Amino acid sequence: MILQIIDICYLIAVVLFIVGIRMMSHPDSARKGNSIALAGMILAILASFLTPGLDNLALILIAMALGTLGGLYSAKTVQMTAMPQLVSFFNGMGGAAAALIGLVEYGDLPIGDVGKGVVLMSSLVIGSVSFSGSLVAMGKLQGVLKDIRINKMLGFVVLAIAVGLAAYILTSGAPQPILIYVLVVLSLLYGLMFVYPIGGADMPVVISLLNSLTGVTAATTGLLYDNKVMLMGGILVGSAGILLTLLMAKAMNRSVSNILFTSFGSASGTAATGEEGDQVAKDINTYDSSILLAYAKRVVIVPGYGLAVAQAQHAVHDLERILEEKGVEVLYGIHPVAGRMPGHMNVLLAESDVSYDKLIEMDDINEKFPNTDVVMVIGANDVVNPAANDDPLSPIYGMPILEVNRATNVIVIKRSMSSGYAGIQNALFFDPKTRMLFGDAKKVLNELVGEVKNM
Amino acid sequence: MEAIIEYISINQQELYIFILAIFVGVEVISKVPTVLHTPLMSGSNALSGVVIVGSIIVLGKTDPTNYLALSLGFLAVFLATLNVVGGFAVTNRMLEMFKKKPGKK
Repeated sequence: MILQIIDICYLIAVVLFIVGIRMMSHPDSARKGNSIALAGMILAILASFLTPGLDNLALILIAMALGTLGGLYSAKTVQMTAMPQLVSFFNGMGGAAAALIGLVEYGDLPIGDVGKGVVLMSSLVIGSVSFSGSLVAMGKLQGVLKDIRINKMLGFVVLAIAVGLAAYILTSGAPQPILIYVLVVLSLLYGLMFVYPIGGADMPVVISLLNSLTGVTAATTGLLYDNKVMLMGGILVGSAGILLTLLMAKAMNRSVSNILFTSFGSASGTAATGEEGDQVAKDINTYDSSILLAYAKRVVIVPGYGLAVAQAQHAVHDLERILEEKGVEVLYGIHPVAGRMPGHMNVLLAESDVSYDKLIEMDDINEKFPNTDVVMVIGANDVVNPAANDDPLSPIYGMPILEVNRATNVIVIKRSMSSGYAGIQNALFFDPKTRMLFGDAKKVLNELVGEVKNM
Repeated sequence: MEAIIEYISINQQELYIFILAIFVGVEVISKVPTVLHTPLMSGSNALSGVVIVGSIIVLGKTDPTNYLALSLGFLAVFLATLNVVGGFAVTNRMLEMFKKKPGKK
């Protein structure tokens, strides 16, 4: 009887997962969707407590209490800008949990059960890869880890050795505990070598991929226990993650295989095309900028990660309001990968109450640039770099960009002339239409608000 | 080889679920606007924390004298909880910002 009740609970949980994710893909129902998925998760957890013969209850509850405290604390205190890192971190923890389960279960693996063995090895390997990969991705986003070049083939050699070892463990019959730890170490190493050489600009795609890997390990763990809720939930995440990965890669016009198997930024010649030498970027002060803005008919603001770092999302909203009072139409041009993750910019701007219909997606805003008087680029770089359109040697060549140089005037707010996340120089800054407004985005925007107000 | 074929035929049901779930996953999020990519990624990340069910079972079934397995299981439950709770909390925080938008488009 109890087993049937557990099964029914799991079934309901799976339905809640599907409905939850479905609702999460529409803005109006997204929040409700998240709550429904959470309800499903709680139900699944409660049902798992009914499993007959469950021991060590005190330990389980202590571990869960600690995990809950840690999870809530980090989720509540994290800065909105550090969100991608945190998601990556949580993802790595899920992968680690799956790998640990594999490790414990290995001791009880019936000898000769190859099917279960394969499933267990997959959990172990993929979970470990997802764990170390997620942590590297997190470190890179945080700026703690620098881009270094590792030959990707070397990574595949490590992976091949790991797979070979797993096959040996499975076929050799007698379990040798030491080998399983070697396998874990190899998998961790592969995760490291897999993510390390990938350029920072491609991190969103990688995180999404790692997220889907964690889903797959949840599913293989589900196979291990004949547990349908883990199987179904894991695969849902796995396939949804793969789709998201493809969508993101498409937004950057990079093929997934290109990201994973070739090194980003290897065309190092482009940084030195000579613009720096022959051309000087022209700067502008806040007073002149405010005049340009206040007498414009249409202003398009292009926010980038710099805006997020400076915590300037509220200041930009103030500027928008004051310009609208002067009769200026203000729109935001949002590049799909502005910030560090797709949609990251939208989240930040929504935080400061910028209304939805002002956030215009790339294709629509590009049509409006020729009729735009002033484009204000705030802390964005690679997503407005014209090299993506006209320099075949550039590492970002082919990536769709916001074609801000089609507008009448361009003001770029930036702290310095340093290059963007992809580490390349931007010809836009030397365009005759462009004026550079140097300074911290928040400070500059507040000054602009003051200037426009006094006009 | 034989063992694998045998495994497939025994676990047919699971494999059907496996394959159908792939299609469900793709279908369910196929029409998601860019604005929701980040929350959705975070939300599905929280869902991948469903391994917590496995962690609870593994720790619950561990022999209370096997300290190595106990600590590994304990760690698994802790990390999976971190994934689930943190994932849902952070997703909720992101989506909260969408809620208070004035008016509709």
